[in-house]
Amino acid sequence: MSILGTRVVRSEDPKLLTAGGTYADDLREPALNGALYATYVRSPMAHARITGIDVSAALESPGVVAVYTGADCDLDPAPPAPEGALGGKPHPSMARPFLAKDVVRFVGEPVALVLTEKRAQGEDAIELVAVDYDPLPAVIDLDDALSGTNLVFPEAGSNVVGVGGADAADAQFADCEAVVTATLENQRVAAAPLEVRSAAAAWGDDGRVTVWLSTQNAQGARDALQGALGLDEGKVRIITPDVGGGFGAKIGIDPEGTALAWASKRVGRPLRWTESRTENMLAMTHGRAQRHKITIGGDRDGRVKAYRIEVVQDLGAYPGVASFLPALTMLMASGVYDIASVTSQATIVVTNKMVVAAYRGAGRPEATAAIERAMDLFAAEVGMDPADVRRKNFIKPDAFPYTTPGGAMYDTGEYEKALDAVLESAGYAQLREEQARRRAAGETLQLGLGLSTYVEITAPDFSVGEDAKVEVHDDGTATIYTGSSPHGQGHLTAFGMLVQDKLGIPLEKIKLVHGDTDQVPKGGGTMGSRSLQLGGSAVYRAAEDVLEKGRKLAAELIEIDEGDLVLDKEAGRFHVAGQTGTGVSWGELAAAAREQGGLAADCHFAEDLPTFPFGTHLAVAEVDVETGQSRLLRHITVDDAGTILNPVLTEGQRHGGIAQGAAQALFEVMYYDPDGNPQTANFADYAIPAASELPSFELLSQETPTTLNPLGAKGIGEAGTIGSTPAVQNAVVDAVAHLGVRHIDMPTTPQRVWQAINEG
Amino acid sequence: MRITVTVNGDETTHEVEDRTLLVHYLRDVLGLTGTNVGCDTTSCGACTVLLDGESIKSCTVLAAQADGRSVTTIEGLGSAEEMHPMQKAFQQHHGLQCGFCTPGMVMASVSLLRENPKPSEEDVRAGLEGNICRCTGYHNIVKAVLAAAEDGGAK
Repeated sequence: MSILGTRVVRSEDPKLLTAGGTYADDLREPALNGALYATYVRSPMAHARITGIDVSAALESPGVVAVYTGADCDLDPAPPAPEGALGGKPHPSMARPFLAKDVVRFVGEPVALVLTEKRAQGEDAIELVAVDYDPLPAVIDLDDALSGTNLVFPEAGSNVVGVGGADAADAQFADCEAVVTATLENQRVAAAPLEVRSAAAAWGDDGRVTVWLSTQNAQGARDALQGALGLDEGKVRIITPDVGGGFGAKIGIDPEGTALAWASKRVGRPLRWTESRTENMLAMTHGRAQRHKITIGGDRDGRVKAYRIEVVQDLGAYPGVASFLPALTMLMASGVYDIASVTSQATIVVTNKMVVAAYRGAGRPEATAAIERAMDLFAAEVGMDPADVRRKNFIKPDAFPYTTPGGAMYDTGEYEKALDAVLESAGYAQLREEQARRRAAGETLQLGLGLSTYVEITAPDFSVGEDAKVEVHDDGTATIYTGSSPHGQGHLTAFGMLVQDKLGIPLEKIKLVHGDTDQVPKGGGTMGSRSLQLGGSAVYRAAEDVLEKGRKLAAELIEIDEGDLVLDKEAGRFHVAGQTGTGVSWGELAAAAREQGGLAADCHFAEDLPTFPFGTHLAVAEVDVETGQSRLLRHITVDDAGTILNPVLTEGQRHGGIAQGAAQALFEVMYYDPDGNPQTANFADYAIPAASELPSFELLSQETPTTLNPLGAKGIGEAGTIGSTPAVQNAVVDAVAHLGVRHIDMPTTPQRVWQAINEG
Repeated sequence: MRITVTVNGDETTHEVEDRTLLVHYLRDVLGLTGTNVGCDTTSCGACTVLLDGESIKSCTVLAAQADGRSVTTIEGLGSAEEMHPMQKAFQQHHGLQCGFCTPGMVMASVSLLRENPKPSEEDVRAGLEGNICRCTGYHNIVKAVLAAAEDGGAK
């Protein structure tokens, strides 16, 4: 029986459970002996001119070896990210320096770097770096940013970096019987991986630098660092140790990592850096940070005919990855619905807050949040159940492949099937009855049901593809080399299962190599739910090639036709059909192949198009109408991501995704006061949920394979978050809908819910 | 100052700065890097170890406070070849992804079952309130702890 599709527990776990992972701060490499510790001095001001920096007292502090400021750092600033899919180009002055020069533009921006013999000495010494700041007006609120009264970059003449999409005049609402308009906040949140950012750097005598980096894509980090340091190809090696979560915010290398490599060369010693949680909250890229103006219109029978979304993306202080997020939001604007007129527009704008980049879903959760809230607003307007309105507007199963008005080509979908499965499993009708009972009785704890029927795009970088190599060794073991880079997803188990299935080499004899640019020079990393469909497919195809090579070699060794050979997958051995005694094992084949360069195969796999997983989430929430406190009671989902390789892993991804989405809906916001001071810069203030605040989740299975890769798999890493965020928000609104409430922005804190009830 | 702490059954004696936190003693002085630091505010629990058999957050205890006492870290609970029932349950029920919160989560769970060997789901969720996980949504952690309780994880 094939191992594919079965419940296999992770090979990664025994070490993680008994010794702990080896994260960057855990490294005890000889190359890092005698390393100094780097500690950054960070701006306490949202926007200010630096009028002087005095490092003399810090230099006198015990253990201080060097203090570097922007004036010392001769690296050219990284050029600002291009405008994405929008018109306009960022002004060259918007390039982000590695250490601030002249002006600081957000609280937490690195201003100086202190190198000390011991870590604690760095924390003492940064207090002694005296920086004089001349405050400038901070641009915090989005309306202020758009008005341009104060500018983040005066040379640019505007805070608006780009505008794209269709004008309002193109939207067709004229023949709609009902039209609803709303402004929705998709708030700024922190990725908050449990492992903060961490790195180490050491230069060799050959002018080559090795950087150990907690990253999601070593190869991308290598290219960026090479460029920043002005080094020739081959002069940077990135090694990725175990990574304690990323969620999009560890894509590439941050300025602190680049400055670390630069400073290591300058001081002539290896360096280590691990930030504090507060630094992480201030200066690791944030996510979301969009404001939506939505208009939805249709007939009173529930048919939606027109939808428009206008996005304002807060980029933070420097245009980065967030410049690209609205393009994905616009692409996925119409979700699972067949709507005749769909128009979208986006404006990207700088503010004096931390830079925004990818966060679990990156542009797609924002699209889903908007359309799913819009569907509920429309349902309320025409007086229909949200499930019925959705059903009436789904793209039908026979319409695939389906091209949306936004230009996305959905591969496969069974939207109504997913909805029906969830409604039935949840007991939707009974829940509505219970809701009606509580409403009639005027109970304090009201029940809310929130739906989200979603579709998302995975492997949006399908054409970039992924690289893999599978090599069999003469001891009968195998090594998989992959350009995809796990940080909790379980690549060793997933990819190992693929190799076991093809070659009959058992999982426990398979090793995975990733994230080391010397051993795996080409790769795209792990992001955008791309790993299994691109990386896994590459591994699978490489294993197929190894199988053919092995068969050919076995035939030569046994002196028989290839067609007469059988691979016994239980024994990991080729033998002559009908004669198990005459055969050759993988180890023997690898030994025999040694002189021809070993038994291995490479594969680069790319998809012709991205894939579009979909599903339905139903959240059941309880709201205390006296205090405004909400609680998620149940969460029932179908997340159809095509063929499932290992249900253990996909369920884990769904659980984590659901929790992160629920967290955005109910609890989390990276909040800045009007002067740009972050108010949620640690885990005491930032409301990351605990086990006590979430229920167990009810997962249903559904598999609609894609034809775009040999595994039939779509991505599952981000679907949970995309589906759950609006479902949970809708549930909270629904719980108090009978009190005249139509909308509550995220996070639906007790204060906001209470206010909405009182204004309702 | 000079301190003596029994760590995973071995007596350790070292000269430390007065301000040294227990977690830094474990990680930097003894090289036991299984115990992690995830926050600055005693919120996340990644640094949870057992002090005289009871779970504590080692980022909020001075090394000096452990002088003359006994500490168990994840390295002292079981080995990859012979895992503790709680470690086994975490693997069996996929109660970990990136692994960073895991050592603390496992130690907190062991302590929880010692206090309450037959907890309800609600008890487990309340008992692990001081340990944050960003990957699993807690679903499988809770499942693992309940399974371990069935399976003698309290020892």
